[in-house]
Amino acid sequence: MSTDQNILVKLNDAGLQLNNKWLVKGVSLQVEKGKIVTLIGPNGSGKSTTAKIALGIYKKIDGSVEKYTNKVGYVPQKISIDWTLPLRVNDFMMLTESLNKETIDEALSLTGVIHLKDKNLGDLSGGEFQRVLLARAISKKPDLLVLDEPVQGVDFTGEIALYELIKKISDELSCGILLISHDLHTVMSATDHVVCLNGHVCCSGSPMDVAKNNEYKALFGEQASQILSRYQHKHDHIHTDEGEIKKN
Amino acid sequence: MFDDFFIRALVAGIGVAFVTGPLGCFVIWRRLSYFGDTLAHSALLGVTLAFTMEFNIAISVFVISSMIALILIQLQKKTNLPGDALLGLLAHSSLAVGLVVIGFLTFIRFDIMGLLFGDILAVSVDDLLIIWIGGALILLVLKLIWKPLFASTVNYELAEAEGLNPDRAKAIFTILMAAIIAISIKMVGLLLITGMLIIPAAMARNLSSSPQSMVIYSIIGGLLSVIIGLFTSLEFNTSSGPSIITAALLLFILSLFKIKQSIKLKN
Repeated sequence: MSTDQNILVKLNDAGLQLNNKWLVKGVSLQVEKGKIVTLIGPNGSGKSTTAKIALGIYKKIDGSVEKYTNKVGYVPQKISIDWTLPLRVNDFMMLTESLNKETIDEALSLTGVIHLKDKNLGDLSGGEFQRVLLARAISKKPDLLVLDEPVQGVDFTGEIALYELIKKISDELSCGILLISHDLHTVMSATDHVVCLNGHVCCSGSPMDVAKNNEYKALFGEQASQILSRYQHKHDHIHTDEGEIKKN
Repeated sequence: MFDDFFIRALVAGIGVAFVTGPLGCFVIWRRLSYFGDTLAHSALLGVTLAFTMEFNIAISVFVISSMIALILIQLQKKTNLPGDALLGLLAHSSLAVGLVVIGFLTFIRFDIMGLLFGDILAVSVDDLLIIWIGGALILLVLKLIWKPLFASTVNYELAEAEGLNPDRAKAIFTILMAAIIAISIKMVGLLLITGMLIIPAAMARNLSSSPQSMVIYSIIGGLLSVIIGLFTSLEFNTSSGPSIITAALLLFILSLFKIKQSIKLKN
């Protein structure tokens, strides 16, 4: 299979202008099967907007989007659900596609919320709801997953487990993932390609390339750069509280 | 059996309730109560048009209401006025224009009360055909657009992102709203159609925990309202529309007791 056939979505110099203000400009990136592309950048840098452009939510954009699949799973950053709707977790799982019971149970078990299946969606906590959102997105076995801060509000151990799950899904389903995250530590270890945004693409490449980039350093500071590059070596030692190096 | 005016009214009302049940749920979920009202007010223009051109009332109401819906969508795009102001503007101006036109049509005797509040004596066998065939079509189309419409009601961006085309579903739903108003205007009257859409669905919300059960309760509530309302109307010689809506209100009040119970259980 040639590389071109692996492309799921491709942005060519894409941008969005709203009320004469650019939300994001000149973004080119592509997501391929089995690859994880991560968008990083400060608040208001256009990460969510870029994800929505890739999903085709905006109609009047600059540049172009080529989307090669309709099997998409989306976890939005913010979701406001109107509670005038009586909606249980089970109903929500079947929102955009009719699924059988086994598929729903499997997805809810993977994200650890199977016990909430018959609960009203409005009664969930923020973290529980986030797990349901992720379960819904993966349950339809999509070709392309777009995850906008998928683990926000999830407890610390859950966060690590969910990132591992995301990596596993990308490998098993060989779906492409467009991920937005603020958590440089957790994300970088699994990402194939990083795009650093600040209203435009400030730099992109492998996590290592981005870490070395001067613009990235200017945006996030020297410390963040070290976080990224740390993942380029094997962790054969740990640091004690006194700062000494201890071999594993 | 359709010789008896009361049987005709009953069969018509039951047909209307089957359609207003599910549509009413969407009116509540999508916060379209006032939109429904606007379309219903504009129906008066449709009625006058039907009388002047000697045309079928249901079809002419359907055409005018759809046009008002289209004008509304255009105004929303082209002006900076808030949605509720535009709805009020269209609702009252179309009602006013309709009444002015009636004033000019002195050669036709109008039963204004019947138009505004419904008249069971006015239901003909033709109306029954329109209600049942039109109603079946509305339900069929609603079934076809259910998934994208419901998904975009929950969250527009999710529906759009996952390829469900919510804009098309919304446009079709607007047409369905115009259609239900057209077929139920003779039964309920144009001032009370929105009540027939909202009140049984509101009652259903109090009783249900899933969207499907809300639709079913809403249909049952509508059917009971029609049957109780029409018998009251026959017995006490009251207008059919207000009698049906009052019955729906009573059912809604009863459903409030169910909520109290479930809240008690939670505590």
